[in-house]
Amino acid sequence: MTKRSRRRRKQRVVITGIGGNFGRAVARRLHRQYDVIGIDRRTVRHMPKDIEIEQVDIRRRRVEDVFRREELDAVVHLNIMHDPRTQQEEHHQFNIVGTQKVFRLCAEHRVPKVVVLSSADVYGPDPRNDQFLSEEAALMGGQNFEAIRDLIALDMFCNTFFWRHPEIETVILRPVHIVGRVNNAPSKYLRLQKPPTIMGFDPMVQLIHVEDVVTAVERALTPGIRGVFNIAGPSPVPLSYVLNELERSPRPLPEPMLKSMLKTAWTLKLSDWPVPELDHIKYVCMVDDSLAREMLGFEHSHGLNQILRDVQKGPEPW
Amino acid sequence: MLEKIRDRVDDALVAPVRPDVWERIKAMDAGQNEYGFDPFGFNPESLKYIIPLAVSLYRHYFRVEVSNIENIPDRGRVLLVSNHTGQIPMDGMMIATATLVDKRPPRMARSMMERWVPSIPFISTIFSRCGQVVGTRENARILLKRENCVLVFPEGVRGVNKTYDRAYELERFGLGFMRLALETETPIVPVGVVGAEEQMPSLYNVKSLAKIFGMPAFPITPTWPLLGPMGALPLPVKYRIYFGEPLSFEGDSDDEDKVIGAKVERVRQSIRELLERGLEERKGVFF
Repeated sequence: MTKRSRRRRKQRVVITGIGGNFGRAVARRLHRQYDVIGIDRRTVRHMPKDIEIEQVDIRRRRVEDVFRREELDAVVHLNIMHDPRTQQEEHHQFNIVGTQKVFRLCAEHRVPKVVVLSSADVYGPDPRNDQFLSEEAALMGGQNFEAIRDLIALDMFCNTFFWRHPEIETVILRPVHIVGRVNNAPSKYLRLQKPPTIMGFDPMVQLIHVEDVVTAVERALTPGIRGVFNIAGPSPVPLSYVLNELERSPRPLPEPMLKSMLKTAWTLKLSDWPVPELDHIKYVCMVDDSLAREMLGFEHSHGLNQILRDVQKGPEPW
Repeated sequence: MLEKIRDRVDDALVAPVRPDVWERIKAMDAGQNEYGFDPFGFNPESLKYIIPLAVSLYRHYFRVEVSNIENIPDRGRVLLVSNHTGQIPMDGMMIATATLVDKRPPRMARSMMERWVPSIPFISTIFSRCGQVVGTRENARILLKRENCVLVFPEGVRGVNKTYDRAYELERFGLGFMRLALETETPIVPVGVVGAEEQMPSLYNVKSLAKIFGMPAFPITPTWPLLGPMGALPLPVKYRIYFGEPLSFEGDSDDEDKVIGAKVERVRQSIRELLERGLEERKGVFF
């Protein structure tokens, strides 16, 4: 036996949707420990050199080659679109068909581990919510907000896969509002100098730093871990507290007024905020993350101050 | 400048409360996190928005007399179980005020609100800052596990809306609170509120009108709707609040209704005794 073969090969991980801000953050963390292969239909830039990139739509046949070429140890599925401006149909197609394809390939090629990034938004903000929703709570996010329905369908799909293929360790992560140096809706909202708020409402919110979600993904790759996990960061605080810490000057508006303004702005393409998302600054949608802390051994390392400091800095400059 | 004005307003707000009492309330440990809020959004400092009104009602309007408040343990989880009366549920507010201003160290009696309350502007925020929690079983469980003092009314609206001919009779009790107490091994302190029945003696409940207005009941009282909105104000009756000895129960929280019901009956019996004692001791309704 040669020396070379005795050394254990690095584990091989495929990251779908590697081109996004979050994909990049995950890749940067994982590439030292794993052989990382990235799949994205976008042009991928600013990536460590040792990462192999396939620029292809996940629904195309060429993706199969990635799975066929070499034995894979895990798939981190981040190829989920959250763009309210994309055509509803295309959005749904891309997310659902793409996910289905990834899972089919994982089953065919016996990939032992799949990690999917869902979101705590699938529970949906609602006045009747428990203060902290457990993983078993119903996924009610779609009752008022259509654009979240494909994420729910996708989450459910992962759950069925979980039962159909017990030999594959499926992990579904449902993090709360991810903020930090990314460009998603909650971060953009917190970056507004004069963020509109709904007059008379001040729900408790949970935020989590991007890097902590990356940590959760990393922990999820540990062999033996499977299941659905809510991921949350530091203790919840009222929205007004967050805005105050950021030294913002919020503009409280009565709900009907804000709704109609936002609707007009949406129609005129002046804003990219879907009106139903207002519920997030109106009602609670918080999760109980004790399972993740217990089973996954997850711990957040960024406190609220650091999270807010990073939000201020704006997205990474690429 | 603005800060000064704000400080002035804050000072003026808490003026009806004795300074030492207010200090104690502010310093109360209710499980706040490092940012000053408990997971439900409660922040003792915010009580200043509600406490002036509550204390004025407590001291000058209803002139509440409290007995054996020391039966509430100083720390650790506890369930206050009370009768619920008077058309307008002022009894909850008075019990909560009692545990804040007349108990040392003060404790916040957390109570459960209806599930639609969080959808009302301002009310939703003020209520949650002042320690009210949406009434789901899971929320109550979290509160008790975090060693809070939780106030429940197992009679619910049945008790509030009953007519005056059944004054001081206890309605059917829900069983949920007992299951919760068994599950979390929480002691129960029975509470009897005497006086609230007379604040708005309902002669008749017009169910058809209640349905039309979407209210839980439409009471006819000597003053309402005769005197218009003025008639909907509670009469200045004297409240007497009796806290009973803590009761502890053991058993399976998933037991049959019959078994749980027997335990609930013991709590109900002790509340009944508190009420009887109160009715015997009082010399009049208004003084």
